[in-house]
Amino acid sequence: MVPVCPTDALPPGEAIRVTADVPAPVAVFNVDGEFYAIDDTCTHQDASLADGWLEGCAVECPLHASCFDLRTGMPSGPPAKTPVRTHAVTVVDGVVHLQVGVAAEGAA
Amino acid sequence: MTATVAVVGASLAGLSAARALRARSYDGRVVVIGDEAHAPYDRPPLSKEFLAGTYTREDLALGTAADEALDLDWRLGTTAVGLDRGRRAVRLADGSEVRADGVVLATGARARRLPGTEGLAGVHVLRSLDDAVALRADLLAGGHLVVIGAGFIGAEVASTARGLGLDVTVVETQPVPLAGPLGARMGAVCAEVHADHGTRLLSGTGVARLVGTGRVEAVELADGRRLPADVVVVGIGAVPNVEWLADSGVTLQGGVLTDARCATDVPGVVAVGDCASSWSPEAGRAVRVEHWTHALEQPTTAVATLLGTDPGTRPAVPYFWSEQYGHRIQFAGTRGDGDDVRVVEGSCADRSFLAVYERDGRPVAVLGVDQPRLFTRWRRQLRSAEPALP
Ligand SMILES: Cc1cc2nc3c(=O)[nH]c(=O)nc-3n(C[C@H](O)[C@H](O)[C@H](O)COP(=O)(O)OP(=O)(O)OC[C@H]3O[C@@H](n4cnc5c(N)ncnc54)[C@H](O)[C@@H]3O)c2cc1C
Ligand code: FES
Repeated sequence: MVPVCPTDALPPGEAIRVTADVPAPVAVFNVDGEFYAIDDTCTHQDASLADGWLEGCAVECPLHASCFDLRTGMPSGPPAKTPVRTHAVTVVDGVVHLQVGVAAEGAA
Repeated sequence: MTATVAVVGASLAGLSAARALRARSYDGRVVVIGDEAHAPYDRPPLSKEFLAGTYTREDLALGTAADEALDLDWRLGTTAVGLDRGRRAVRLADGSEVRADGVVLATGARARRLPGTEGLAGVHVLRSLDDAVALRADLLAGGHLVVIGAGFIGAEVASTARGLGLDVTVVETQPVPLAGPLGARMGAVCAEVHADHGTRLLSGTGVARLVGTGRVEAVELADGRRLPADVVVVGIGAVPNVEWLADSGVTLQGGVLTDARCATDVPGVVAVGDCASSWSPEAGRAVRVEHWTHALEQPTTAVATLLGTDPGTRPAVPYFWSEQYGHRIQFAGTRGDGDDVRVVEGSCADRSFLAVYERDGRPVAVLGVDQPRLFTRWRRQLRSAEPALP
């Protein structure tokens, strides 16, 4: 498990980009107190999804606006055609932890 | 006759319309008519990744496996030559017709050509996949490229060609490139990026003629200068593909004229994407928007109009992006001359900044260069300030 940050460092509506100790950058989001993690790099081009716009349980890519469902990784529509990978997140002693390579529950 | 919608134009706007029809549970026949032989493909990479050689044809495909379920009746390689409003039929070049209760006009635009350059080898425009394949082949031979027009497509081609190692000169009639979309001040800032990367930009100079027999050899400027040229790209804008509608009764006014909900003045006929000149409450006039995101999103409204349902979504503010020399340029909103421009983050000199356009103290547009995160927040803010559809 990769520690990310204390829960209060990632308030609702915010995202953080994790690059240390992960094979590829991961974006972690706080949606109303629930944490979600997906690959940070958009599957269309090389935008960072942590820079995107959170809308409900989806993030809109900052470049060409494909929306990815944070629970499943699925894009809602063009230009992205393939899903991003999801990663399981757990909170241990007030610290957000990533389980890279373990798909989140309900992921595609 | 089974219920039928005919979509004319099989590119981004046409495919998006077909998807929107099914998303709204339309279960009639959907016939998609497109004059290109290719299945729908994406155009923005044609001046960027595809021209550079980092994208393949497969990468350009707009369709996905999920589209199989849409059950569309494709008529590719088929040109629509007329619309008969009385018979509610789209006439095709082979003499046949498609009768339909509803018609979506999505025939887009084509590149404007320089008169008198037909048949001169080495002279290109860039709109279609076939154009891009031909241009790339010529660029790979290297040498001198002259780009006529420093708009977005001209600037992107210049940038890609520099990456391929060509010597590049861009000629622009206007004193400041991109002054139309970005305003003079920001247009000048973006123009400086050419010089950063070794591209020569000659602004405020017209082209007198192209020199060469059989194949282009030089571009002669209005002031008499001669630029040697192995390849010339003409990037002087696009004209809507609407001539085929001349006798249809649909009003044409710099494109197919529609209201804010994409309805033309012929019942059951809507228009979307680059061919449509749609009423913009923000601008106070009809505007023909030529941006990717617009062609993607506008069909949702058009299909709701066609089916008589509520469009539901708030109209998005106009948005486009460009990529030049590795910089990401993003613009959203409706700019006017006389707007104040303020750089609120970064600096123009660093080629990384966010500029906000204000009218009467209210933000109306935003330009970002290599600022995707901040730009996205501003674009959202502009969207929520936009009035809902009347
Ligand atoms: C090289 C290039 C780069 C671009 N880069 C960007 C960018 O970076 N950012 C951005 O926001 N936008 C960009 N654009 C603009 C964007 O691609 C267009 O806004 C978009 O393609 C419009 O989609 P459309 O479906 O309305 O029209 P089009 O894509 O033009 O498609 C119309 C289709 O209808 C067909 N057709 C025309 N007449 C007929 C007929 N009579 N019968 C049957 N079929 C017909 C045409 O052949 C074409 O296939 C770029 C465009 C080009 C050409
Ligand atoms: S990079 Fe994300 S949609 Fe294009």
